[in-house]
Amino acid sequence: MTGIDRVEGRACVLRGDDIDTDRIIPARFLRAVTFDGLGEHAFEDDRIQAKGEHPLDGEHFTGANILIVGANFGCGSSREHAPQALMRWGFRAFIGESFAEIFAGNCTALGLPHVTLDADDLAALMDSVMLDPEQQLVVDLEARTVTSRVGTVAAGIPDGARYQLLEGSWNATQVLLGAGDAIEATAARISYLDDFPG
Amino acid sequence: MTKANSPISHRANLLDKVWDTHAVRELPSGQTQLFIGLHLIHEVTSPQAFAMLREMKLPVRFPKRTLATVDHIIPTLSQQRPLADDLAEQMMGAIEKNCAEHGIRLLDPASGQQGIVHVIGPELGLTQPGMTIACGDSHTSTHGAFGAIAFGIGTSQLRDVLATQCLALSKPRVRRIDVTGKLKPGVYAKDVILALIRQLGVEGGVGYAYEYGGPVIDAMSIEERLTVCNMSIEAGARCGYANPDETTFAYLRGREFAPQGATFDRAVRWWKSLASPPDATYDDRVELDGNAIAPAVSWGINPGQNIGVDERLPYPADAPAQERASLEEAYRYMSLKPGEPIEGTPIHVAFIGSCTNGRISDLREAARVARTGRVAPGIKALVVPGSQTVARHAEAEGLHEVFRAAGFEWRLAGCSMCLAMNPDKLVDREICASSSNRNFKGRQGSPTGRTLLMSPAMVAAAAIAGHVVDLRRTL
Repeated sequence: MTGIDRVEGRACVLRGDDIDTDRIIPARFLRAVTFDGLGEHAFEDDRIQAKGEHPLDGEHFTGANILIVGANFGCGSSREHAPQALMRWGFRAFIGESFAEIFAGNCTALGLPHVTLDADDLAALMDSVMLDPEQQLVVDLEARTVTSRVGTVAAGIPDGARYQLLEGSWNATQVLLGAGDAIEATAARISYLDDFPG
Repeated sequence: MTKANSPISHRANLLDKVWDTHAVRELPSGQTQLFIGLHLIHEVTSPQAFAMLREMKLPVRFPKRTLATVDHIIPTLSQQRPLADDLAEQMMGAIEKNCAEHGIRLLDPASGQQGIVHVIGPELGLTQPGMTIACGDSHTSTHGAFGAIAFGIGTSQLRDVLATQCLALSKPRVRRIDVTGKLKPGVYAKDVILALIRQLGVEGGVGYAYEYGGPVIDAMSIEERLTVCNMSIEAGARCGYANPDETTFAYLRGREFAPQGATFDRAVRWWKSLASPPDATYDDRVELDGNAIAPAVSWGINPGQNIGVDERLPYPADAPAQERASLEEAYRYMSLKPGEPIEGTPIHVAFIGSCTNGRISDLREAARVARTGRVAPGIKALVVPGSQTVARHAEAEGLHEVFRAAGFEWRLAGCSMCLAMNPDKLVDREICASSSNRNFKGRQGSPTGRTLLMSPAMVAAAAIAGHVVDLRRTL
């Protein structure tokens, strides 16, 4: 698979901390055996309650492929349906103050970069994009930076996730299969697998 | 018996030891390829993973290390097939087909052992100290109560486990949390974890595993520790655990999937060797004063927004600047006012159940309160056992009759009103006193519904009073 070293495009600003995965994709849309069609339901209840004022419905953000969020984005349920819905909506990268761990892992598994900025840098970026939503942002994984009209600022991403995205190895199954018999060898030395019943 | 791979430093904590035992290799990404000893699956997050497996033309590598059940979508009034909801029936059909095709054991309602995945793993003795446990469900942290390293995963990672029995993971840091002192009467494990989340925040645990210890945790039963570990994820920690001790071993002895006879004694020796020693190394340490914990009630839209039942709602102006917007958003959603007492807040629905508090000890405590009165007029009150096994125990003790006599509905096992994927849902702006784990906006099925998290006994007391009440006055 080809790696991702940068994502360029316009951004949508979604303010607020601790936005949970139940809000990103309400549970009723998880009553399905595929991820098909989730995109249109992203943030559905928030969007209905915002009566057209939700950032995802903002005309100035139409076509944005980068989502800028606050702290602890994606907390709560492990549902991969959350990043799946956002990906199917059209987002290809996330910039935030911080991300919940399972959500971040799910993003990596889907090849979606998720980078963090210092709170001050993030606030400045949000303000800048609100003022000029047409500007092009660059999320650069190689350089670990985000570039906007504000300038270029340092962006964080866990080393493991960054490596997987850069190398195009986010489908971990292929990588893990590479261990070959070492998997069975490990199983053989774990006492509860060969000694305890079950 | 233990074939430990590498010498273990005397300062290694439990997570270090379990991690080393299960490490297959270091990956080029710097992550660890970690072997997963027990993989639990349910109907919501698994069908897409099986589809990916088919697409990659891969078999399930260790089918005996995966166990399946159905919990999220299962109705609690009638589980007769086909299920009334076509989508739910489709999901049931998918897990049945996937399990049959790959030789995976499925504990469905007909088995008599079906239930919430985090209730049945422990009660069947599947969950054991020293295991690595993964499940496509964030509340997998529950299983840490036994001294297992257990965490939630997404569907792509579920595919990884099915195909390789491994995950690519970065080792978390470990924060030791000592809960000191002694809990007062009327204060439960639920109150301990809510107090901890209030103190450390809903994001405080990101990147950490939480190791719970100290006198309060040591004195807890396994079921109480399950409640504490369950909500680690609400603290931001993907994984939380307590060290295995005599309480753990006594709980496991004789359970169906636990080691039997002489093997059990060998297992106990290994389990004891895994516990963190008193001088273990941690990345961080935190203390929580158990003497000061009161029955907790959440008032906002995340579990950190909770207070003691005898407190008044906080003023946003008193909070750190970066938290004010969240608090104001919570007040708008909840229609509550700063400075008012939480006690006396009217409720419309009472829900006792979930992977947090749907075990037999939870039902006993709730029943103790239910014996003191009747559900207030106009209140819908549900008691949903966490598993068919819990239901049988409760019925053998007559608890179902206690609940029914008091005006509660006695339902079939499942996730029920915790998460709105089955017919049990709030309607419109209803307020629910709930023994579940999340008070997120819309969590209980109505996009405008409101959740007040509390212990099962507090829920029962609220059901009887018709509003939030300090349980300690009725004890």
